[in-house]
This record gives sequence, C-alpha cells and structure tokens, in this order.
Amino acid sequence: MDVSSAFGAALSLIFNLDPQFLQIVGLSLRVTLTAVLLAALIGLPLGALLAVARFPGRSALIVLVNGLMGLPPVVAGLIVFLALSRSGPFGAMGWLFSPTAMVIAQTLLVLPIVIALTRGTIEDLWSEYREHLTSLGLTGWRAIPTLLWDGRFALATGLLAGFGRASAEVGAVLIVGGNIAGYTRTMTTSIALETSKGDLPLALGLGLVLIILTLAINAAAYGASRIGARFAG
Amino acid sequence: MLTKRSLLASGFGLALTTSVLAQATLTAPPPAQTAAPAAQTRFITVSSTTSTTDSGLFNHLLPAFQAKTGIEVRVVSQGTGQALDTGRRGDADVVFVHARAQEVKFVEDGFGVERKPVMYNDFVLIGPKSDPAGIKGTKDIAAALKAIQAKAAPFVSRGDKSGTHAAELNLWKVAGVEIEQAKGPWYREIGQGMGAALNTSGAMNAYVLSDRATWINFKNRGDLEIVVEGDRRLFNQYGVILVNPTKHAHVKKADGQAFIDWLVGPEGQKSIADYKINGEQLFFPNASQPGV
Repeated sequence: MDVSSAFGAALSLIFNLDPQFLQIVGLSLRVTLTAVLLAALIGLPLGALLAVARFPGRSALIVLVNGLMGLPPVVAGLIVFLALSRSGPFGAMGWLFSPTAMVIAQTLLVLPIVIALTRGTIEDLWSEYREHLTSLGLTGWRAIPTLLWDGRFALATGLLAGFGRASAEVGAVLIVGGNIAGYTRTMTTSIALETSKGDLPLALGLGLVLIILTLAINAAAYGASRIGARFAG
Repeated sequence: MLTKRSLLASGFGLALTTSVLAQATLTAPPPAQTAAPAAQTRFITVSSTTSTTDSGLFNHLLPAFQAKTGIEVRVVSQGTGQALDTGRRGDADVVFVHARAQEVKFVEDGFGVERKPVMYNDFVLIGPKSDPAGIKGTKDIAAALKAIQAKAAPFVSRGDKSGTHAAELNLWKVAGVEIEQAKGPWYREIGQGMGAALNTSGAMNAYVLSDRATWINFKNRGDLEIVVEGDRRLFNQYGVILVNPTKHAHVKKADGQAFIDWLVGPEGQKSIADYKINGEQLFFPNASQPGV
C-alpha cells in the first residue's frame, strides 16, 4: 500500500461524483451540521447564563461541563443506544439505527464544548463590560443577548471546535446508526468499514476527502468572520 | 468592541457563519433522498454478521429482493453474538447469523419464531507464507491447531463472541486443546471483526481462522495465504430467524417473513449461488437440506 494510491482513490472519489459517495458525504454533513446547530441553540444561551448567573453549585456545574468535553464518543453512543433501543425508555420512537439517533448522539458530544467555551468567552466579556451594561439597564440575564452578539466571533470558534469533534467522530455514530448502507453510512463509518475490508487505499482516500471538507468549512467560516468583523467595525 | 449597534442587536446571536452554513445544508435537498426516500419507505431492519456484509453478499442479494417486493432491507452488521442481542432487544426484525447453538437457544428462549437454514460456506485457516508451525497443506484442522499451540506460533483470535469466534473455540476443543489454560502471549484476542483480525494477522505474521467469503474479498493480504482448508469440521452454516412479534409487538412480521421466505425459496437460493467473486462461488445454498 502506498500513499499515491490513496491520493488516486481520493481524486477519483472527488471527480467521479459517484452518487453513493455523494450520498455518504451529504449525510455526514447533514448529521454533523444539524448536531452543531442544535448544540448552538441549546448551548449558547445556557453557557451565557452560566457565565452571568450566580447560584450555589455553580463551580461544580462548571467543572462538570468542562469534564464532559472529554466524554468518550463511544460512551455517548452507548448511552443514546440504551435510551433509544426498543427495550429502552424511548424505544417506542423507533429512532435507533437512523440519522436522528446519530444527530442526538453528536449533539450530546458537541453540547459540553459549546457550553464550556461560551461560558469562558461570555464571562470575560461580562467582567469587562459589566458596569457599562448595568448603566444601560441591562443586568443579569437581560445582558445575555448583547454579550452573545458581541462575542459572536469568538463563539464561532467554539462552534467550529464542536463541528470538528462531531465530524471526526466514529464511535458514537457507528453504535447508534448501525452503518447501514445508503441510510446511516457516513464518511467515518465508511473509513472504518473499508479498513476492515482491507481496502486501505480507499479508506485513506475517504479520509483525505474528509480532511479536505473540514478544511473547506473552516476556511469558509474564517473568511465569513473576517468579512463580518470588518463590517462590524 | 462594544458599540451602539451591537447593543441594539438582539436575539441569541447564533454565530453567524455556522448557522448560515447549517441552514444552507438543511434547506438544500438532502442527497440522501434519491437513495433512501424518507419515512414512508417500507423497510425492515436485519441484524447480520460482518462476514455477510464484508463479503459483499448483501449488495448482491438485496436489490433483487427490493425490486420484487418493494421492501428495503436495512442491514446492521455485527458479530453473531451482538447481532442476536440486537434481535433480543427488539432492535431488528430479522437476524441472519452463523452459530447454530446460539441460534437454537435464541428461539428456545422465545426471542425468535423459527430458525431456518439458508446457506453455508466454510472456514479457512490463514497463515503467513513463512509457516512457522509447519502445517501448510494439511487437511486436518485439529492437527494444525495442535501444532500451532505446541510451537506457540502467533495466532489471532476474534475474541468478540462472533460466529467465527464460537467456531474457533469449538475447533480448539476438537483439537483437544484447553485454550483457556493453554493460551499465552502467542494467542492474541483482539475483540474485533473479521477484516480487522486479518489486518492484524498480516501485521503480526500470525495464523487466523477466517470465513472463506471475507478472505476472498479481502484486499490487504500481504504475506498471508490459506494454509488449511477442506476439513469437514470447517463447515460454516448460516441461519435466519424472525424476531418474535409476541415479545416485541413492533416487529414487522409480514415483511420480515417475506424476506425469510424469499431467502430460503428458489429465487433467493439461486441468487446466493450466483454470487461470485473472480469466478469463485462464496456461499452454497442449502435451505432444503434437513438437519443443518
């Protein structure tokens, strides 16, 4: 096995636009971006609230969230698997082995990252602008929308970290998705499958495509934030 | 910087870039829909073994079945032990595996309706060309395993409660080796699928038991080759079972049964016999053979 055959495999995957391959890439992006969006909707306000609110047990909660950033994907997958299994509490939904289950598992993985990084960012902004905001009548939770808007570029980096975690992940989606061809097979589970079939050039080729996609999304986000920063003055 | 404009801005300030990206993907027609139309699709979930998937058999069988019945078959491939457990939990409608004793128990425990034999292939003992145990060419699997143990030649075991793992443990018993006591550093349990076991054996110059189908389809052979084949004790029978709808009410009884009937009927059996790689037949249908 040489690296050039992997590059060859990657190039032919990209340029042949094989429908099966496009479907796998599409599903990977759909699942990961949906999970990041959900984690953002839940995690940004929660993280900001954790930054400005003061309540007993706050420190413990911060440590817990920080710790959960290291939640092993395979454990997250197992928890979601047990919850969604027909023999589990949410079995009646029939969600196991579906893209929905994969989104749930990845949201669980991304959420602690979004909450923890949002908390850090907003806490810094809050300590810097607290007096200013309070003088404008924005105290406590009412300052949250303003703080989030002001920290948006730093927060975008947090979301990209979450995206990276989700798109690179294989353990959780394999357990809850089942790697079903044409339905729950993603880039990472395909790479695992091709490796087990001994087709290492194809596996590495898929890996290269995944890296290129991740780079492209990061570049797009970086460019957008640069343009945004210029207009925001 | 905190500006007037940013003070006026409201909402949760979803980081602009990511939300735009996400929405673009969500609103764009998902490419998945061409291959797998959404919820209204008629489908069953089948938990099966890594050998049936890694060998490419399902890619050959399922389109023919779907064309005839309109039923999509979603295959989750796991080791036989895990595949049966998936059925036991009610997460599959049909299980299609290869470990007869476990299958019979699955039905006896009430989790399956009836076990039907479908086809067989055989196991082969794979090893490095250097052949450190000196067993190449023998037809006697028991003698070969004994020699491996006696010389403490590296051996990779699946160690994952799969059908192949069960068969391997049984063969040690046949060879008169108490593997639990006899195992040492030469005996390496990796707890992974067939393909991973072959990759590992290639890297460690170790012997490994594989089903023939996965071996034929395996591309990263390196220095490995077949060292023992053709012993009747290497026979590998596959069975199919409908998960019991009285245990799990949501089991798609009619569609699952339709798949089983097709597999063991003339069309499915012919389709299995027709599956070849490089002119070599991988699975041999035997649904009508009694007592297998």
